[in-house]
Amino acid sequence: MAKEVSLSIPSTPGMELAATAQAEALGEAMCLGRDKIDEVKFALVEACINAFEHAGQNAGRVDLRFRVSRRPGGAEMLEVTVADRGRGFDPSRVEPPELERKLRGRGNKRGWGLKFIQSLMDEVEIRSTENGTTIVMRKYK
Amino acid sequence: MNESCRVETLRDGDLAVVRTEGYINREGGEEIERCIQTLLDAGVCRIVLNLEKTKIVNSIGISILIEVLEKMMDRKGALAFCRLTPTIDKTFRIMGLAQYAGIHATEEEARSALSATA
Repeated sequence: MAKEVSLSIPSTPGMELAATAQAEALGEAMCLGRDKIDEVKFALVEACINAFEHAGQNAGRVDLRFRVSRRPGGAEMLEVTVADRGRGFDPSRVEPPELERKLRGRGNKRGWGLKFIQSLMDEVEIRSTENGTTIVMRKYK
Repeated sequence: MNESCRVETLRDGDLAVVRTEGYINREGGEEIERCIQTLLDAGVCRIVLNLEKTKIVNSIGISILIEVLEKMMDRKGALAFCRLTPTIDKTFRIMGLAQYAGIHATEEEARSALSATA
């Protein structure tokens, strides 16, 4: 039977740590392991920051859902969903960051969030429209 | 809810160790940047950044660390990281940071590596 927790946090820097506390509690409960829990926390911080920035001033809150479940016949997993009601973005148009270019370019050093999320989680789905963005991230035990 | 980052500096000639404690977000990154800028202005161009007491960073803090690295490269300096959590270590390697800054298990190893660049 799946365990599920929902949380709504203000779109305010620092509140991502409230989200990571929940991920840590569920990860420990399912014995996910320290390194995997830390990877989920890191990816979750990035997803929250992304939501805060894309949600804008008017969108207010970010909705999170944490779900521990098991694929039929498969491994147990922690699934984290982060949803905002911002203006959305086209993930296919996000340019992959390159450190060399950022060091030489003297320009914007940011743009690492999606790369970190996709590298640290086992599965990532991004659905984005003009009414908001939902990122679903899964980590298997 | 926030967890501020504290920074401690130990200077040894033209080498310094900067030890952080807490979350490296925008504010934490800026605190590190201020600290390293002070060292660079004083002529210290070989710096070890010890993250032993930092368990979480975010991409905004990391972007400021890239700015720090850029400044150090401009001064022909050298930056080395040590005592990273496995996740922070993995993240830095995903970025390709190891091509531009040392990543070491211990502070002693990092100091030795930077001393060899003198």
